Amino acid sequence: MPKDTLRVLSEYAYTPPVIERGYAGQTLYVNVGDGRIAARPVTAEMKEKFTGGRGFDLWLLWHGVHDDTRWDSPENEIVIAPGPCGGITQYPGSGKSIVTTISPLTDIVIDSNVGGHFGPYLKFAGWDAIEVQGKVTTDGADYTDVIVYIDGPAGVVQLLAAPADCPTDSHELGPWLLEHFAPHDEDKPFVSFVTAGRGSEHARMGCLNFSLYDRKRKALRFKQAGRGGIGTVFRDKHIKALVVRTAPFKGDENNPADIDRLIEAGARIRKEIATYDAAQNRMRNRGTAYLVQIMDDYDLLPVHNFRYGSHPETPKINGAVWEARFTQGLPDGCWYGCTMGCAHTAEHHKVRTGPYQGQCVMVDGPEYETIAGVGSNCGIFDPDAILEINFYCDAYGIDTISFGTAMAFVMECFEAGVLDLEKTGGLDLRPGNAEAALEVLHLMARGEGFGLIFGQGIRRMKSYFVEHFGADPQFVNDIGMEAKGLEYSEYIPKESLAQQGGYGLTNKGPQHDEAWLIFMDQVNHQLPTFEDKAEALHYFPMWRTWFGLCGFCKLLWNDVIPPENAHTPEPAKIMGHVQNYVDIFSGVTGREVTPDDLITMSERVYNFQRVFNIRLGKGLREHDATPYRSMGPVTEAEYLSRQERYDRQLREWLNLDPAKMTLQEKMAAHRAYRTAQYERLTDAVYARRGWTKNGVPTVEKLRALGIDYPDVIAVVEKHL
Amino acid sequence: MITVNKHHTLPWREGMTVRDVLTAMKYTFPHIIVVINGDIVRHDAYDTTPVPDEADVRVVHMIAGG
Ligand code: SF4
Repeated sequence: MPKDTLRVLSEYAYTPPVIERGYAGQTLYVNVGDGRIAARPVTAEMKEKFTGGRGFDLWLLWHGVHDDTRWDSPENEIVIAPGPCGGITQYPGSGKSIVTTISPLTDIVIDSNVGGHFGPYLKFAGWDAIEVQGKVTTDGADYTDVIVYIDGPAGVVQLLAAPADCPTDSHELGPWLLEHFAPHDEDKPFVSFVTAGRGSEHARMGCLNFSLYDRKRKALRFKQAGRGGIGTVFRDKHIKALVVRTAPFKGDENNPADIDRLIEAGARIRKEIATYDAAQNRMRNRGTAYLVQIMDDYDLLPVHNFRYGSHPETPKINGAVWEARFTQGLPDGCWYGCTMGCAHTAEHHKVRTGPYQGQCVMVDGPEYETIAGVGSNCGIFDPDAILEINFYCDAYGIDTISFGTAMAFVMECFEAGVLDLEKTGGLDLRPGNAEAALEVLHLMARGEGFGLIFGQGIRRMKSYFVEHFGADPQFVNDIGMEAKGLEYSEYIPKESLAQQGGYGLTNKGPQHDEAWLIFMDQVNHQLPTFEDKAEALHYFPMWRTWFGLCGFCKLLWNDVIPPENAHTPEPAKIMGHVQNYVDIFSGVTGREVTPDDLITMSERVYNFQRVFNIRLGKGLREHDATPYRSMGPVTEAEYLSRQERYDRQLREWLNLDPAKMTLQEKMAAHRAYRTAQYERLTDAVYARRGWTKNGVPTVEKLRALGIDYPDVIAVVEKHL
Repeated sequence: MITVNKHHTLPWREGMTVRDVLTAMKYTFPHIIVVINGDIVRHDAYDTTPVPDEADVRVVHMIAGG
């Protein structure tokens, strides 16, 4: 059925601009509640101060919402932007989009980066960002959901009523959208969708799926903007899909200022990938799954709700296992031109549970975070079960990281007697029970039983368990691995104070994409002082923020490294690759920049996001607190499992004699010391970032960054 | 006795190579820089480069993850 059969609720005609030096020069505003569609100019100020991507997202969101806007307020927005370098094909890893909204898990801004074709196609269709506001009101209407359609070649944006037969789960909705918006084979590579699923309707941990059409497999695939419940906001607005269509395009669609600089930088990194990947991370064969065994080897793989860092059964789910299951020999890039091609698939998975039981499907991934989250962290060492959970999370629009970490928490609660069969509705949620975990997933999608409680995420489950099940508040607070309301991503930070800060002293919550410092700190011992750690917790979060301003994938920065990097003054920064990014940014935009300029660009956006959180009633020191499990051993079994290490630390750190102490005394000493260390780290990091002891950016800092707008200053002044 | 990353010690033995140190420490991460008494060891020489007694061995793991 062609899309012409869908009812047009409102329409906006435009002349697609020529993209100049990475910018289309306008952003798209769509209100799904009242049908308003408008173009908004990208000002010189926006480009200079906020660069693009996450910067544009935050700027638009800031102006779209109020101080008291919550995740389900109609004025909350979902903003998607690819950044000025997004969509180039000369340098691998240049097709990422950044999505932001006010999160249902954290009640502050969440940002999530994602591959797939939507972001670049959005720009090719003439838009540097899309902001979607409003909520479909179904009173008296003969439709309940809408589809936003951006037709670049036709120069029209439409708000369409989704018909009753339009599915919700990405697994079914994807093919339905292809049928309606790309009925001919030659059209399929030029459309891309954003969708969620039924799980997003009932859980706060909903994710978005961004499609790409895989020409080699002739199949639709999805990459996920997973973190923070953006899919939940999407379905709360009653959006079924965002659809974009572009005309066939060329590699210079961004009209870069100096394409030769892009080509030269691209040639350098491609040569490195071709030469070193096979002996380094084997990203082209295993993707990020290569990390599973390595994390286990270093006692960093989360096992049984972050209690332990390794497990004898890890070889059953390590990279070699996934390499055997992933289709080999295909260029699995999530955007054109990525020869790293880590976006692998496990084909021919036979679904054995739920509504799609019996179907043979292709599962995108699993990536490291999914394997560790729904696998080892839940005590599940069965690759088929991991694939099944991965498939349904994607199909239902559920974030695999939040699902895995929350399930690990629930399983420990079950083991500790906080939960039992009666409280879970008959589900035996002992660690390792994959069938029960899957059942929770299906219940979540149906909005039934324990699935509804689970879908609220760890922070709300903790309160619920205390209030309704008589749980010990300290126990659930200690073991519930969330901060700011967001579930932890999948690394054990207990023995790296810097990484405890990398998780806690963040804008959005404990996601490792701000800083991953465990090796520098815990293994290399390169950050011995608080000042050293604070410097790393300044530089790396700013550096990694920069990828999200421009549309880059961070994997190309440090997942292949040439040997000559060893001879540079600061090998951890991989300055040869930083220079590549300097060249690309200047080559695309025509703005000559230095490596330091990139950090300043990020600092503006990072501080703006901190102020945004304060504006929303959070973003202060108390909100940077983390659960004790991220700092040290909560249970006796945890302590005893690494007793030699913990006893040694008592001797070395505190000059105590563990032989003369009870287990409880030893654990108490660790707790007092480790929590005090985190506070001292917080002081050092805030000072380095130019914030007060309460975590508030100072007026001087904001002025130095050039973001001392009156409404920004007004927010911080209340706390100075 | 040799020192690894300033915090660990390993007993030294005759014929000990960089590879032996990496194995003993369970250092399996591929992005490393090995420095012995201030000199960088080439990646393709780990199996053959001897580690002298009393050596200060640094195995710098490059930042990664995610
Ligand atoms: S390295 Fe992987 S995630 Fe990054 S752009 Fe390439 S395929 Fe996508």
